[in-house]
Amino acid sequence: MSVNEAPPTPAPLGLPDVGGPRQPLLDAAGLTCHFPVRGGPFTARRVVRAVDGVSFSVGKGEVLGVVGESGCGKSTTARLMVGLAPLTAGKIVFDGRQLGEDLTLTALRLGAQMVFQDSYASLNPRLTIEDSIAFGPRVRGVSPADARALAHDLLKRIGLDPARFAGRYPHELSGGQRQRANIGRALAMKPRLLILDEAVSALDKSVEAQVLNLLADLKADHDLTYLFISHDLTVVRYIADRVMVMYLGEVVEIGPAETLYRNRAHPYTDALFAAMPSMDPDNRTQTPPLTGDPPNPIDPPAGCRFHTRCAFAESVCGAREPALAAVAGDAAHLAACHMLEPGSGHSKARAA
Amino acid sequence: MSGLVEIDALTVRFGGERVVHAVNGVSLSVAKGEVLALLGESGSGKSVTLKALLRLLPEGRTTIGGALRVDGRDVLTLSGRALADYRGGEVSMIFQDPALALDPVYSIGEQIAETVMRHEGASRAQAMARALEMLTKVRIPSPERRLRAYPHELSGGMRQRAMIALALACRPKLLLADEPTTALDATVQMQVLLLLRGLQREMGLSVIFVTHDIGVAVEIADRVAVMYAGQIVETGSIREIIHDARHPYTRGLLAANLHGAVKGARLDAIPGAPPSLETPPAACPFAPRCAQARDLCRAGPPPVATPGPGRRVACVLETAAP
Amino acid sequence: MAAVTDFAVPSEARARGYWAGVWRRLRRDPAALVCAGVLLALALGAIFAPWLGLADPYQGSMIRRLKPIGTPGHLLGADELGRDMLARLIYGGRLTLFLGIAPVVCAFVIGTTLGLVAGYLGGVVNAVIMRTTDVFFAFPSVLLAIAISGALGAGIVNSLVSLTIVFIPPIARVAESVTASVRALDYVDAARASGASGFTIVRVHVLGNVLGPIFVYATSLTSVAMILAAGLSFLGLGVRPPEPEWGLMLNTLRTAIYVNPWVAALPGAMIFLTSLCLNILSDGLRSAMNVRQ
Repeated sequence: MSVNEAPPTPAPLGLPDVGGPRQPLLDAAGLTCHFPVRGGPFTARRVVRAVDGVSFSVGKGEVLGVVGESGCGKSTTARLMVGLAPLTAGKIVFDGRQLGEDLTLTALRLGAQMVFQDSYASLNPRLTIEDSIAFGPRVRGVSPADARALAHDLLKRIGLDPARFAGRYPHELSGGQRQRANIGRALAMKPRLLILDEAVSALDKSVEAQVLNLLADLKADHDLTYLFISHDLTVVRYIADRVMVMYLGEVVEIGPAETLYRNRAHPYTDALFAAMPSMDPDNRTQTPPLTGDPPNPIDPPAGCRFHTRCAFAESVCGAREPALAAVAGDAAHLAACHMLEPGSGHSKARAA
Repeated sequence: MSGLVEIDALTVRFGGERVVHAVNGVSLSVAKGEVLALLGESGSGKSVTLKALLRLLPEGRTTIGGALRVDGRDVLTLSGRALADYRGGEVSMIFQDPALALDPVYSIGEQIAETVMRHEGASRAQAMARALEMLTKVRIPSPERRLRAYPHELSGGMRQRAMIALALACRPKLLLADEPTTALDATVQMQVLLLLRGLQREMGLSVIFVTHDIGVAVEIADRVAVMYAGQIVETGSIREIIHDARHPYTRGLLAANLHGAVKGARLDAIPGAPPSLETPPAACPFAPRCAQARDLCRAGPPPVATPGPGRRVACVLETAAP
Repeated sequence: MAAVTDFAVPSEARARGYWAGVWRRLRRDPAALVCAGVLLALALGAIFAPWLGLADPYQGSMIRRLKPIGTPGHLLGADELGRDMLARLIYGGRLTLFLGIAPVVCAFVIGTTLGLVAGYLGGVVNAVIMRTTDVFFAFPSVLLAIAISGALGAGIVNSLVSLTIVFIPPIARVAESVTASVRALDYVDAARASGASGFTIVRVHVLGNVLGPIFVYATSLTSVAMILAAGLSFLGLGVRPPEPEWGLMLNTLRTAIYVNPWVAALPGAMIFLTSLCLNILSDGLRSAMNVRQ
């Protein structure tokens, strides 16, 4: 089976490349998403500051990994990209075109699609997977016959033989097969950017390996860019070119994967890496890297949001929020920590 | 030499609309003060084995065969008051989702006190004191205040600690842990694992820890039993399993683990999927996916080789002539 | 790219589709099957009544008043005007069953639409629709039916309208709650992310998944509807004499209870039997739909 003979893209699908290979595919600046908390009429209005001023860019053909714990806002960031969450402030620029200006939400959804975490709720239990995959194209006006052919072709590419799997319902598939169907559904819209929100987290390790291999193949064949969200650092380290670490709605560190792994600038990144279980029985972890639980995004701590759990916190950390700054002069590697900012007032920072 | 837990040729079959042979001949033993990890993926039968030890499987449609002994007592014949004493008193369990294990309408202090009063006949005041002692032991911050807290007022990590406090309140001999850290964030998971390790050493508990994550097994276990399709395919100490895995499935699991993976290289994934257990496996259940399978593997059940003390491998290749 | 080797799909799961599975499980439920059979017999009897060779249900005879059960020519006796009970009961089944099922069907259509809209759109629309239905829901159903029937007057059509209005709020409530929970699921989000309009999403993704629970709830309302209709007729607000209808028959045979209690109890027994069968069938349907495959 040759994977290079794709059937011609039906006209209403896909978004052609506009800016060329050096223009970032996605450029997000100051993304903010605040949800109001439903209180009674007598309580004060509170907001969940799920995402607060997040900026990053994703180059074409790159894999950006997003890591963080619960409440950090990575899933909300993903949903902002496909218009499933309200954008309180900030701009999204897709291949040089800004959402709201020269890019409509409909067009953005042609360029970016999302793969959800596998669960019983990720696929409509009443539709066959063929119909689930064909739904997107049908919405765009592709004829039923063409949509079906597209779905069958995709099923082949994701490793599910159409003859056996096309007419199956989600409950007749295993977890790994369902996740492949999820990926197929996202690819049916011919996106350029695929956002994978904990796409392999619910799978067994052996199935996870299969799906990761599949993702690598699909990326090469379809010229895709990935935004890979996960809480599992080992997976992110394997698959990502660059990594972005989020904490409580903000970006704390971002940079090339290997640089981040070898030279962790932010204390939280350090703690996350240290929290990975050891693989050497003679060298087990002896002290927990971090105490306490991730705090609530409704009332984030003042100043640096991490200072309540940070081993290096000082008074300046509670007073002022650190800005993302280059680490050791490397413009590709940024971290938001007072310890790295010269003249910030922190005892470990260099003098200005 | 008999350990605290002796499981001998355990089989569990679920009847009803869909017949599932969840466990097909599991034999293992756990010594006093030892931590055994039951490692396997979904459908391997590890959770079912655990629940069988506490007789938590649905009585109506479950058929259990084989022998289950804890501290010399036959678990399968317990009933009524003896069973109620056994559960929580001698053996207790912690679950994956603490929100489901804690009753939402009672404070955690009340829940812990209730089990102490039931098992040890203590007064309410004594039971509450023990509850406070347990909450302090599991290092919940401000334990006096948390005694009166309800489960929904606690964060995920604290609920998990509260559940551990509840399980250990009556000083059981055996703790069963059914993937208690799977749903937790990485940093919280490490805290809970270290807590469990510390408590286990301090109280001399035996623990059977079910997990699908090899890293977790490394952090917590002394010995590991790898399960597949309701059978144990390999047993050994954690060092033996990590450094010298013999069974092709164990090797496959270790290879699929991403710790040593090279970026950009293709992963060594085990092809295919586990068998659906409508009928008990007649031959080696892993043979359809095994790269080294031979005709002998499909002919009958694999022989169990014992290359060392406490070390068992259910594979034809172990006993074959080199 | 290697194709995934398949694991053996459990044979039960090979039956296509969800409703096929429901039907299969229902077939294995003896109580539900018996009740379905009884209801079917009643329904067929009601539909084919004119061709069953029964006596004229309107033809009375003063001599034959309140003849007991088993009288030759009157298998189930005769009522207070000498009309054949068997004929009256079977013809009466037509109206009672109609008034039990038709309002529920109408309320199902209207209530589901309201609930779907409220559940999917949320916000202000939800608040307006649900609070309005709450007002109606606050009245006990019997009182509400009587009030509306009293205002509209007696008669079959008015009974139908009155009962429909009574049943719209509970169905709308169930529909709204089920729709809201389905709307929160990932596959609906995926459909939104593909740019589908709200109407398309509801039609393709939401409707199929919510109709089931609402339908089961609605079937449990049919027995209530039947009893309410019989009650309305009993009070003179529904069907008018000389139409045979079980509730009305209960009323007119009231005084006969001292003379021939067996005959007087017959319409009540029919109401009870039908209501019981509807409830058991509805229960069986709910269990058949509940099993997670």
